[in-house]
Amino acid sequence: MFKPSVCALSVSIASILAASLPAVAAADPVKVGMITTLSGGGSSLGIDVRDGFLLAIGENPDVELIIEDDQRKPDVAVQIADKMIQSEKVDVLTGIIFSNLAMAVIPAAVNQGRFYLSPNAGPSALAGKGCHENYFNVAWQNDNLHEAAGSYANSAGLQNSFILAPNYPAGKDALTGYKRFYEGELAGELYTKLGQTDYAAEIAQIRASDADSVFFFLPGGMGISFMKQWDQSEIDLPVIGPAFSFDQGILGAVGDAALGVKNTSQWSKDLDNEANKTFVAEFEASYGRLPSLYASQGYDTGKLLLSAMGKADVKDMDAFRSALEEADFASTRGDFAFDNSHHPIQDIYVREVVSEGDVLTNRIVSTALEQHSNVYADECKM
Amino acid sequence: MSASLFIEQLLNGLQFGVMLFLMSAGLTLVFGVMGLINLAHGSLYMVGAFVAAAVAGWSGSFWLGLAASLAAAALAGALVEMVVLRRLYRRDHLDQVLATFALILMFSEGTRWLFGAFPLYLDVPDVLAGSVHLPVLDIVYSRYRLAIILCGFVVAAGLYLLIARTRLGIRIRAGQSDRQMIGALGVDISTLYTLVFALGAALAGLAGALVGAIQSVEVGMGEPVLILAFVVIVIGGIGSIKGALIGAIIVGLTDTMGRFMLPVFFRQFMDNAAASSVGSALASMLIYILMAAILIIRPSGLFGKPA
Repeated sequence: MFKPSVCALSVSIASILAASLPAVAAADPVKVGMITTLSGGGSSLGIDVRDGFLLAIGENPDVELIIEDDQRKPDVAVQIADKMIQSEKVDVLTGIIFSNLAMAVIPAAVNQGRFYLSPNAGPSALAGKGCHENYFNVAWQNDNLHEAAGSYANSAGLQNSFILAPNYPAGKDALTGYKRFYEGELAGELYTKLGQTDYAAEIAQIRASDADSVFFFLPGGMGISFMKQWDQSEIDLPVIGPAFSFDQGILGAVGDAALGVKNTSQWSKDLDNEANKTFVAEFEASYGRLPSLYASQGYDTGKLLLSAMGKADVKDMDAFRSALEEADFASTRGDFAFDNSHHPIQDIYVREVVSEGDVLTNRIVSTALEQHSNVYADECKM
Repeated sequence: MSASLFIEQLLNGLQFGVMLFLMSAGLTLVFGVMGLINLAHGSLYMVGAFVAAAVAGWSGSFWLGLAASLAAAALAGALVEMVVLRRLYRRDHLDQVLATFALILMFSEGTRWLFGAFPLYLDVPDVLAGSVHLPVLDIVYSRYRLAIILCGFVVAAGLYLLIARTRLGIRIRAGQSDRQMIGALGVDISTLYTLVFALGAALAGLAGALVGAIQSVEVGMGEPVLILAFVVIVIGGIGSIKGALIGAIIVGLTDTMGRFMLPVFFRQFMDNAAASSVGSALASMLIYILMAAILIIRPSGLFGKPA
């Protein structure tokens, strides 16, 4: 009767002792805290990043991963970050999707001596003067895909774009990014309400203008609503946007209305390199759906982390930082390097929405910007 | 700005208003008759949209999806009323707000658990796809949106007849003015409450399904509409269906015309980017400014009875 419980007790004592003893043989696992959006609106993005990251890490005993849901609320994200830094004592933080949450968490985290690897948000405030040695962005600087869209509009001979985005910082970055590269005239420029779902008023203005094309940045559900209503309006103008409104998670909900739309992305399912082929095949096998660009960013973040762990101990921050800077991993995007501000230097492509069988997906049609960095990098003193 | 663009925007505002009416009619009935603040009304809207998308996707028929959404929202409403809300009528409004807020969280996570985190697809039926050319002033307008406007007015007329002309309507009105008395007169008040709640839920479900075809069907879609619906019933007067209709159309028109006209106005003396930025910021405040103004003049709303 007593034997099993005594046995269990001694085992647990042994494990407590083992845990409190300094590690002798193997190094401590790297503690990673992932704060991402897993519930409510926008959760499909966080789920894709998480799944991509988990796929990259696999069953790795050297990584101890804690995942928490920020509910897309800055205050919740800050609480989770405080808990992860102070009581869980994580070495690396990652996962945040939205720029307003990123701004609430990242500056404090990197100043407390943690690494932050961003799998998505890249606000301009963290790219130029606000850069930090412990902050690495594995996705893009927020302006990048919009700049690529502007560059594509020039090469497609578009002269008179109507542009719209939500009235919040990332929306303003988007239109600024587009205008930075676009050389034509503007038929109109509109800021919509964040979270707006009805675009009839905006579409009527586009119809009444003499625009020859439409550029929009409306991430998530806003883009789905816009595209469905645009399709119903039967206005025959080319539509351009960043990949956020045409990623794999959204295309199904937009439906055939998206067919033929050109969108800009640093990644696509059909990028021809070994790492990407493996990633797409493994992601489909593990999760039963096609990966999105968010999933590829989560995956690359995981692979970057593993590459640095192979070169240095996370407790030796300088060595680990140099290892991260080398970016010595096989990215799903092919060539990948960090610039001086720890943001990617990468190609950005123009994709077209096509249907493969009965599934809508994207195909690369051209390269919009080659080895593109960001305009803020020069202001970074690091 | 041409006259046809102006009229098209008026139609857009009207369509938005009619959609808000479908949402707020149920909310105002439930508040007026039962004295219950139901924050979960937006969740019933979401249930309607999800069921419509799922059934339409499975059967290939939008109309079947629409019917299913009405039934599912009414059923969900009746269940919620019988299981949870019935216990809250005698409690104060804070308890009701807390309980129905909890229902929002449960509905959201339940929907995500059932349908996944990715938005669903729902398209307008082929009969209503595309645009019609109105003979007046060369206006091109979405056929589906015209159908929503029509549907909203049919529902408004139906509700009017139901409340003014039927026995159920008499009971609802009686419940609104004195609920103890009609209980004492032998009316089965708890069945009446369940019916009213299911009716309100079905209207929210109808709004969700109609709007789901032109918007994104996703978790959390109900809450922004819920806030507007509350603005509508405050403006229209709590408990008044007529107030809900007129309030909804005022809010719909103000919001749409504000978004359209304010940037045009600021463009007179500002550059384009600044004008759209200032204009849209002000436009998003406009309906709340309107609400405040109406409350100053008529504290119980346009058609509300003074408390």
